[in-house]
Amino acid sequence: MTALAWLIPAALVLGLLGLAAFLWALNSGQFEDLEGASWRAIQDSDAPDASPAADSDDTARNAK
Amino acid sequence: MDKALTSNLSIVAERESVPAPSHVAPSLKTVTLIVDNMRCGGCMSAVEKALLAAPGVQSARANLSAKRVTARYDADATEPENLAAALEGAGFNAAEAMHTRDNTQAREASDLLRRMGVAGFAAANVMLLSVSVWAGLASDMDASAQALFHWLSALIALPAIAYAGQPFFRSAAGAIRAARLNMDVPISLGIILASGMSLFQTMRGGDQVYFDAAIMLTFFLLIGRYLDESVRVRARGAAENLLGLKALSATVIGADRRPRRIPARALSPGVRVLVAAGERIPVDGRIENGASEIEESLINGETLPRLVQVGADVHAGTVNITAPIEVTATAIDEHTLIAEIARLMQAAEQDRGRYVRLADRAAQVYAPAVHLLGALTFTGWMIAGAGWETALTYAIAVLIITCPCALALAVPAVQVAATGRLFAKGVIVKAPDALERIAETDTVVLDKTGTLTIGEPQLIAPEKICAAILAQAASIAAHSRHPYAKAIVRAAGAMGLTPRWQDAVREVTGAGLVAETPQGEERLGSAAWVGADAEDGDQTATLWYRKGEAVPTPFHFADALRSDARSVVGDLQNAGYVVELLSGDRPRAVARAAAAAGVQEWRAGVRPDGKIGRLKDVSASGHKALMVGDGLNDAPALAAGHASLSPAGAVDICQTAADAIFQGERLLPVLETLKVARAARQMSLQNFAIALGYNALCVPLAMAGYVTPLIAALAMSASSIAVTGNALRLRTRRLALQPLRSTERHA
Repeated sequence: MTALAWLIPAALVLGLLGLAAFLWALNSGQFEDLEGASWRAIQDSDAPDASPAADSDDTARNAK
Repeated sequence: MDKALTSNLSIVAERESVPAPSHVAPSLKTVTLIVDNMRCGGCMSAVEKALLAAPGVQSARANLSAKRVTARYDADATEPENLAAALEGAGFNAAEAMHTRDNTQAREASDLLRRMGVAGFAAANVMLLSVSVWAGLASDMDASAQALFHWLSALIALPAIAYAGQPFFRSAAGAIRAARLNMDVPISLGIILASGMSLFQTMRGGDQVYFDAAIMLTFFLLIGRYLDESVRVRARGAAENLLGLKALSATVIGADRRPRRIPARALSPGVRVLVAAGERIPVDGRIENGASEIEESLINGETLPRLVQVGADVHAGTVNITAPIEVTATAIDEHTLIAEIARLMQAAEQDRGRYVRLADRAAQVYAPAVHLLGALTFTGWMIAGAGWETALTYAIAVLIITCPCALALAVPAVQVAATGRLFAKGVIVKAPDALERIAETDTVVLDKTGTLTIGEPQLIAPEKICAAILAQAASIAAHSRHPYAKAIVRAAGAMGLTPRWQDAVREVTGAGLVAETPQGEERLGSAAWVGADAEDGDQTATLWYRKGEAVPTPFHFADALRSDARSVVGDLQNAGYVVELLSGDRPRAVARAAAAAGVQEWRAGVRPDGKIGRLKDVSASGHKALMVGDGLNDAPALAAGHASLSPAGAVDICQTAADAIFQGERLLPVLETLKVARAARQMSLQNFAIALGYNALCVPLAMAGYVTPLIAALAMSASSIAVTGNALRLRTRRLALQPLRSTERHA
């Protein structure tokens, strides 16, 4: 029974972490272009300005 | 983030806050461009590279799903027009996206997704606890551990339901306030009762704890809602892209006579606009300078150009053919055709608002039935002497088990599958209840020009004309943008003739072309211009060509049907649909098109109010019409029909009014839409049957008091999965247009 005392909180914390990660991804616009994202993963970007990090920030700002 | 960009942005932010001298500070702006032929990852990076290579562009980010690219640019160095031109140089169709519509729908979809995430998290954790409890029933879990698990479930489920269930609660409250019943009423009641009773049972240490069922129900229904909404957002984005690509830019002449290009939607009344030959007129207005011919097929279905002079009114969307004109933009005048159409549309749309969706009709029968069963269970157990607490518990169990998870998913799941299938075929379904209404139609009313036909004239029987004459005529015709001249050039090209370039060709507005050659004068134009006797009564659809004093050669034109018009009309008629042609064009042209397409019933010279009148007659005789049209004169009829379709080439107002838009040169999508819509209705009904079958099984159990939380959870998931699985079949099933049933068929 004592195992429950830490197992249950651990399960909940892990679940909440997953939820937080999902909400973060949603807010930073990562679900806005699911088709494009699958292509970007296999592209070698030589244009630094088009790096996803720089622009996802832009998208997030535009969304607000 | 890239370091250089960061510092750059922060500088901009500082400068924007301080009003600095504008010629030093780069004023960064954001623009969204539609790129409709961006189809793969390669195109995506090509689009981004092309934009970054253009001067003044700071960053560019393409969105492949939306077929749009967002760019930040320096407004002092460049403007959106240049960016679109840069993309066009790289081989993409680009246009600035309109920001007129609010994006509440997109925000709603991401709001649903957020609630879905929360509900999913809670459902997983509550399920974890519930499975332990169910396992504990079989082994030796003691009451205190069970109570702990129940309390934990309550702690997770109640806040999650309070947050994630809001869309249902709000919708149910709205329906009740309006004294209606929709599917959200039994859903909300089920969720709230399940949570309330579970909390009560938890406090008393009982077994009837349904937190898992309540949160899972919320989760499943949110998935359905979200998919439905995201399909709609996507369709809407695609529809806006179509309109955005058609949006025009205008050459404005300022007070200093210097021309400037601006987007047409930025035009205001009183502005003077220059329209070059061959350009679409961007605005309603009056001609100030010049004379030309205007092609108005989008306005009135007439393929023949109209001769206009100074003082004539012209409409936005029509094409200026022969000579450049200057137009002063006018405000919408109460007496114009456009104003009349706007009035008719408003009236027609008010009539349509009465349609009640299939799911809501089901809810109107279902909700009272379920509540009656609950009441019966309560009174039954009271009479049997079970005590009010047991009776109430069983009654609530009935309400929980009948809570229409499968029933509420039955229609949305099918809608998502059907809309997705049509989207892949180039049909954009815009209205949420469009498929249901399309499935009910039994009469197809077609417009002629641009709908049944391609909308541009074709040379009839070019092979019967001497090749040398055709080639010569084509070499003169190449100088004109008149639709007939273009048809001659196309026909000559199709026959492998190459027109040689001819100098000294003049175009006389309203008459024809003349070329001075050493061998004499060559003329191409109307009978009077060429000097031929028009023994043919239908001389308007004919051009004549004469070289020197030789006998003139006639060229006859007709608006060609879409390539599969005849077979589509045939298939529709075989399936029992009545097909009608309703056109604003001249009787001769309509009769010819009707005969060629195999349509028996046609009406010509019909004005917009006449089209509405005809549709009213159809509905008065107990039939339901699917209106297919593309012209401005069809717009009120599109709003008045039981359902409506519009080709992608249609005027804006039609695309907005139509329930669905189809793309491509062929008419086949109309058939496909009918097929899918009717299959969707059939599968929605199947899904209702599955859901009711499950209820027929579970309700007696619940009324008898045998339902446990475990049975409730299993039944709910199984029925939801069955219904969704059935709906998914629609994505790949082969469909044939089934004949209308005899009750629907015309006598």
